[in-house]
Amino acid sequence: MSDAIADIRVRAPTPRVGARPVTQDAPLARLLVIGIAVAFLALFLFAPLAVVFVEAFAKGFAKFLTAFDDPDALAAIRLTLIIAAIAVPANTLFGLAAAWSIAKFSFPGKSLLITLIDLPFSVSPVVAGLVYMLVFGAQGLLGPWLTAHGVQIVFAVPAIALATIFVTFPFVARELIPLMQEQGTVEEEAALTLGASGFTTFLTVTLPNIKWGLLYGVLLCNARAMGEFGAVSVVSGHIRGFTNTIPLQVEILYNEYDNVAAFALAVLLACLALVTLGLKTVLEWRHADELAGRGGRRH
Amino acid sequence: MSLDIAPGELVALLGPSGSGKTTLLRVIAGLNAPSRGHVLFDGEDATDLPVQDRRVGFVFQNYALFKHMTVEGNIAYGLKVRPRATRPSRAAIAAKVEELLAFVQLDGLGKRYPSQLSGGQRQRVALARALAIEPRVLLLDEPFGALDAKVRKDLRRWLRDIHHRTGLTTVFVTHDQDEAMELADRVVVLNKGRIEQVGTPEDLYDRPASPFVISFVGEAVALPVDVAGGHVRFAGRELHVDTQGLLDGRARVYFRPADIAITTAGAGELEGRVENLRRTPAGVRATIAIDGYDQTLEIESALDSGATLGDRVPLSLANARVFQDHPTQTFPDAGEGI
Repeated sequence: MSDAIADIRVRAPTPRVGARPVTQDAPLARLLVIGIAVAFLALFLFAPLAVVFVEAFAKGFAKFLTAFDDPDALAAIRLTLIIAAIAVPANTLFGLAAAWSIAKFSFPGKSLLITLIDLPFSVSPVVAGLVYMLVFGAQGLLGPWLTAHGVQIVFAVPAIALATIFVTFPFVARELIPLMQEQGTVEEEAALTLGASGFTTFLTVTLPNIKWGLLYGVLLCNARAMGEFGAVSVVSGHIRGFTNTIPLQVEILYNEYDNVAAFALAVLLACLALVTLGLKTVLEWRHADELAGRGGRRH
Repeated sequence: MSLDIAPGELVALLGPSGSGKTTLLRVIAGLNAPSRGHVLFDGEDATDLPVQDRRVGFVFQNYALFKHMTVEGNIAYGLKVRPRATRPSRAAIAAKVEELLAFVQLDGLGKRYPSQLSGGQRQRVALARALAIEPRVLLLDEPFGALDAKVRKDLRRWLRDIHHRTGLTTVFVTHDQDEAMELADRVVVLNKGRIEQVGTPEDLYDRPASPFVISFVGEAVALPVDVAGGHVRFAGRELHVDTQGLLDGRARVYFRPADIAITTAGAGELEGRVENLRRTPAGVRATIAIDGYDQTLEIESALDSGATLGDRVPLSLANARVFQDHPTQTFPDAGEGI
């Protein structure tokens, strides 16, 4: 760089305070757009959620609590928890296996598998329920064989579990597949060269690397499993005290004009939604870090 | 291909991308299986031995450190995953980790995570991790590829040092010929899945076995010539090169830029015109257009060579090699000549 820098004077008009034609509109436009978004959310999201709580406590806290004295309501809660406890681990295992095979190996039919995993998202839940009826129902494909062996699938817990597993199939897999594909196989190979068995490698190297994505997928899977209505409605038979999950029980109570009880149970689902949302936000935070490869933070 | 590596040797697998050098390294490690053939360690057939049981230390190109473990966790991994029977005590593992950290000059960084280290530091952790299991063979896949030039130079020296101190049989893959020549006891030049030559760096410079080797390792000029009855002719002149074993027909004469000089005494084998002349600390650098050759060459010469701009000068050749032209001849991407 030359030392001969001349004394440079820049002549430019100083902006006059107040005369800012172009920038003036931007804040206004921004406020407008945000305002519309908030109004939309308020009307279609917050208001209904608020109504659930308002209606549930409309006749006072005591009436709210009696809703949970009903044995049918308690059975519904119990069944929902059981179904979640079956569907979520099953789909987690499946999701892990599918993501592992897709990310680490190449095999014929791989893209078909990836497409099929997304199938439950495109199929209407009612159709999914119907399919199980057609296969396991008394007039269905396996009907005669099941009746002959005294096995009850439809209108019982097994069908509800199956239908729930179907609709929540993709959540864990879809979360893990891109994550594992991005991470590649190189850390696993390193572990193998150091003497670790395949299983040890999976536990000590693969799992820790995907833990936030896995948790995220499990969370979504759980929320959907507990809240599923359509598919479960078709196969459950609505037998009070036996084959009603919380969403089904809410529908029954509402149809019987027992508003407070219906909304009281709905409050449970609403709380589940809020908790899921909260955890999801926290995990998205951490999850995004992991995808960006910044592992320095203590997890 | 067949390759023998002596104990304690430092061998470089050198070649352009796609030559199969990384694949070969992975076959030795057991990460890839050969479609045919055997891998023997100390005479034992290890071809069917799974990678875990081969006791090889592998350093990957991008280090492949376990990002959710500390440096200590990474180095200790190979010892911690041993079955209970052969696993050292926790104290013994900790001691070994400390020893290795000192060995790779990363004392005090044990509690850091890989993301908190520089590239050079990560590389050293990867090496320490591989050494922790006391491997029989150390394999490195382009160990310095991802680092900048200064760090690379330092680490090269350091790897040579480590090799001296451990005495481990080491095989490393590189596409950088300077690196291979500087570090290795022997170099294996690979091209398109075949071994072109195996030899010491001197062998490769002075006695290249094929056109590929001479063009890939160091710079080379190739002159198309005609061979007839034991005589080699180029642009109407005869070149004095060894024609032993050559058939009549088209061939190429290869020589290095340093092997061609402006002759001060009498006629040379080639003739050219001085297109450009520049002073260098040692003498002059002349850009010569050789008769019959379409590219110019830069030739270093002493001050008293008598070359002036525009002059025609005689040139002499030394150490030239002739190779027959084959239809399937492969050349490095840079092409022949300079």
